[in-house]
Amino acid sequence: MIDRRLIHNFDWGLLMVVMLLGAVGLTTVYSAVTADPPPAAQKVLFYKQMIWFTLGFIVMTASFSFSYRVLDRWAHPIYVVCVLLLLGVVVFGKLAGGSRRWLVLGPVHLQPSELIKIAMVLVLAKYFSKGSDPRGFNLRELIRPMLMTGLPFALIVIQPDLGTAGLVALIAVTMALFVKVERRALTLLVTSAGALVPLVWSLLKDYQKQRILTFLNPDQDPLGAGYHIIQSKIAIGSGMISGKGYLQGTQNALSFLPEEHTDFIFSVLAEEWGAVGSIGVLLLLLVLILWGLNIAHRCRDPFGNILAIGITALLGWQVMINVGMTMGLMPVVGVPLPLISYGGSSTLTVAICIGLLMNISMRRFLVE
Amino acid sequence: MEQFFKKEEPDGYKPRIVGVMLTVLALFGVLLLRLIYLQIVMGEEYYRLSMNNSIRLQTVDPPRGLILDRYGTRLAENRPSFDVNFTPKDAGDAGRVLNELSLYLQSPAEELLAKVKHSRGLAAFKPVLLKQDIGRDVLAALEARRVDLPGVSVQVRLRRNYLQAMNASHVIGYLGEISLEELKSGDHPGLRSGDAIGKFGVERTFDNYLRGEPGGRQVEVNANGQVMRVLQTVAARPGHNVVLTIDRELQQRAEELLDGVAGAAVAVDPANGHILALVSSPTFNPNSFVSGIASEAWEALVSHPFRPLENKAIQGEYPPGSTFKIVTALAGLEEKAIDETTAFECAGALHFAGRDYRCWKREGHGRVDVRRALAESCDVFFYRTGQRLGVDRLAWYAKACGLGARTGVGLDQEARGLIPSSTWKKKRFGVPWQEGETLSVSIGQGYNLTTPLQMALLAAAVGNGGIRYRPLILQRVETVEGEVVFQAAHQEAGRLPISPRNLKIVQEGIWAAVNGERGTARRVHLSDIEIAGKTGTSQVVGRKDSGDDYTPPHLRPHAWFVCYAPAAAPKLAVAVVVENGEHGSSAAGPIAREMVKTFLRKVPDAQRLAGDGVKVVAGNG
Repeated sequence: MIDRRLIHNFDWGLLMVVMLLGAVGLTTVYSAVTADPPPAAQKVLFYKQMIWFTLGFIVMTASFSFSYRVLDRWAHPIYVVCVLLLLGVVVFGKLAGGSRRWLVLGPVHLQPSELIKIAMVLVLAKYFSKGSDPRGFNLRELIRPMLMTGLPFALIVIQPDLGTAGLVALIAVTMALFVKVERRALTLLVTSAGALVPLVWSLLKDYQKQRILTFLNPDQDPLGAGYHIIQSKIAIGSGMISGKGYLQGTQNALSFLPEEHTDFIFSVLAEEWGAVGSIGVLLLLLVLILWGLNIAHRCRDPFGNILAIGITALLGWQVMINVGMTMGLMPVVGVPLPLISYGGSSTLTVAICIGLLMNISMRRFLVE
Repeated sequence: MEQFFKKEEPDGYKPRIVGVMLTVLALFGVLLLRLIYLQIVMGEEYYRLSMNNSIRLQTVDPPRGLILDRYGTRLAENRPSFDVNFTPKDAGDAGRVLNELSLYLQSPAEELLAKVKHSRGLAAFKPVLLKQDIGRDVLAALEARRVDLPGVSVQVRLRRNYLQAMNASHVIGYLGEISLEELKSGDHPGLRSGDAIGKFGVERTFDNYLRGEPGGRQVEVNANGQVMRVLQTVAARPGHNVVLTIDRELQQRAEELLDGVAGAAVAVDPANGHILALVSSPTFNPNSFVSGIASEAWEALVSHPFRPLENKAIQGEYPPGSTFKIVTALAGLEEKAIDETTAFECAGALHFAGRDYRCWKREGHGRVDVRRALAESCDVFFYRTGQRLGVDRLAWYAKACGLGARTGVGLDQEARGLIPSSTWKKKRFGVPWQEGETLSVSIGQGYNLTTPLQMALLAAAVGNGGIRYRPLILQRVETVEGEVVFQAAHQEAGRLPISPRNLKIVQEGIWAAVNGERGTARRVHLSDIEIAGKTGTSQVVGRKDSGDDYTPPHLRPHAWFVCYAPAAAPKLAVAVVVENGEHGSSAAGPIAREMVKTFLRKVPDAQRLAGDGVKVVAGNG
């Protein structure tokens, strides 16, 4: 039976922001996939994305239909399953483009590195919500969260998917800083991390160093990542104020953009809609993030509070990294733009995130 | 009020939300500013670039490392080649341009069009390679008509050039376009399809050293595809130079000597295992592989009866014939089956199990001891020695001498050879070993198979006092600036299983083969350099009872000669095999002798040794 207060408290505003962004996403994916010759084969991707959105809607509904508080109990099992899936990727994963990121289960191609992000937010929220000394978590108390982050981090690094690994680390650090880390522990961790960098660096092989350098500075590889960046910047810049018009993007149409329907979708959008469209979408994404923070702010329960922060950090960092990357502010990594980029696993992950935010939002007054 | 604080204090996260929000706003502010910079401040510039679609990528190929011989003589280098590219996007009317271009390139317009169509899968702005290595006259004509040929560009690329076209081809090897399997294997992460990769020989084995790393350029081109400005360049890192242990002069001399026959010759430095010459005959011209070999030329190479593409020095497996008697002698001595005074009567044949096992000398040698048996290659002596040893003890010694196993030289598809034993035969054929077979094996016939490199290394070990060195083909690797990246160190692979005293007996035996009055290799004798060596004649078919029948050339026995010189302190060990050459002393021996002469008479010894910086290992006896 559904509590009437729940319907009353449902976060219609969040739903509206999400639907708006989703609509922008679908139309942009359509442009990205049809401009690319040959259109017939590519159009399939658009219909697939419609299916993903429908599924995402169902998953989102499922994610707010139960009380998020039960997740406090389920956090560990969920985490274990996701880590096992990640291990499965390492062992059985499908090799594509030089890395193993996909798990093929019959017709479904699963990307466990997407799911682990949520699982990690859950276990960290559970752990941090048990509270600490007012001075913050000390070094000993931080060992567990560090291990809980380090395991998936390592498994994603060896895929290798440095972008997602970095994202996982960023989310964990954001959550830890939010719940407060003891000053002494913080200093120690920052300095030891700084000291570790040259040590690890000296252990790496030359080609590994080269890979990391190219990752940090794509200009070193002007035929690969550097080329993509300059083409992406041309696409965005050439949109000028009002854009070239929907389906009129030339950078997009001539396949100058790599991965234009996934990682570089923002460039397509900016080229076709100009500053008006791109700034509009960016502000809409900002509203989404601030909305998430507001949900955290209004939640009275520590678990829900930290969970909302973690989820918002997940979404927020993805926006920062993806948009920053298309504009040449960040290294080129395979991190999709929430609600806009094409992709099954990522759409479902975002749907779960939104559903959980709604879940926390609508139950903020219910104290059990 | 007090209650409120108590409730809030333990999870005092609320004020921190404000901090988080401010951080978010600041980060989004950066994104917004960047967006405004790109779209509004720089918008027109980027719009212009996008309208021209004028950013092109050019790979800057790294110059491939040189291949040098031990004295720095160039074996492989690079030379500029002018390649004609065509970019459909820049051409406008592609048909007209290609028609005109076909006049200059003297290839039919349809062929050019087919090439362009073939690469249609690629985006239209990617240049298609139409013709490689055009002459300077064609280049001049093209440059003059440049304006009328939009989309056509000439690129200078470096092409591999093998300076001594037919020399050391099997060692140097050649380049080819990377194959689909090689791309898929994941062993060459930096390579794309169309890139050249070492396919054979040193080019393949040391590809990683030689290749270097490509650089790249982002350039802006005008409507005709001409470069207007370079936006960004990353320099290529040239490949490293590879210095081999090969002595080009000796190598070339050996090739001349083997010209016209099928065979192989290997020369190594007994003091360290450096390969001074590695010859396989006939040879081929690696330059014909550089821009893809024509199918007729390929067909001719593959169907040649003398198999020019095979590196016979390491891939050729031949019965060692009488050269194997070195192994039988040292096994017999060491196992005390014989000693230096043991003598057997040779009456021209040994009767065993109802059959005559013949000696090559029909009238017989009379009573011979081990030294004379080696010098005169008496078969009966070694039949008897083999009988006393048994096949398995003999096999153990042969393997301990480095036979029947790869030497680890690191070149393509090195063969193992074969040393038979009773368990091997049981496993291979399912029937037990026959003692008669031991007799054949004792004189290097039967199942025995060895490669010329293995035999050269055996001769080196006998000569230097018993140390078996791993063969080295690579001496060092240097950057273009001359900084040494890798320096090969000589490495012991093992020792001959023989005491210094017994080894000396074997050494004396094969010394007498060349320098003795009745030695089988008297023709090899030199007045100024003492050579110690052993002839060999390995049967292609079973030895016939009557020797005066005509034998067709391809069934004639292979001729072997292994030696080292100077006998007292060897600086060179050689193995030569001439396929169907019949007699070791006449077909293979003189080749080895000439190689010794070339090498040892070329430079005064002191100078040669000073250059190498190595000391000859004295025998440990």
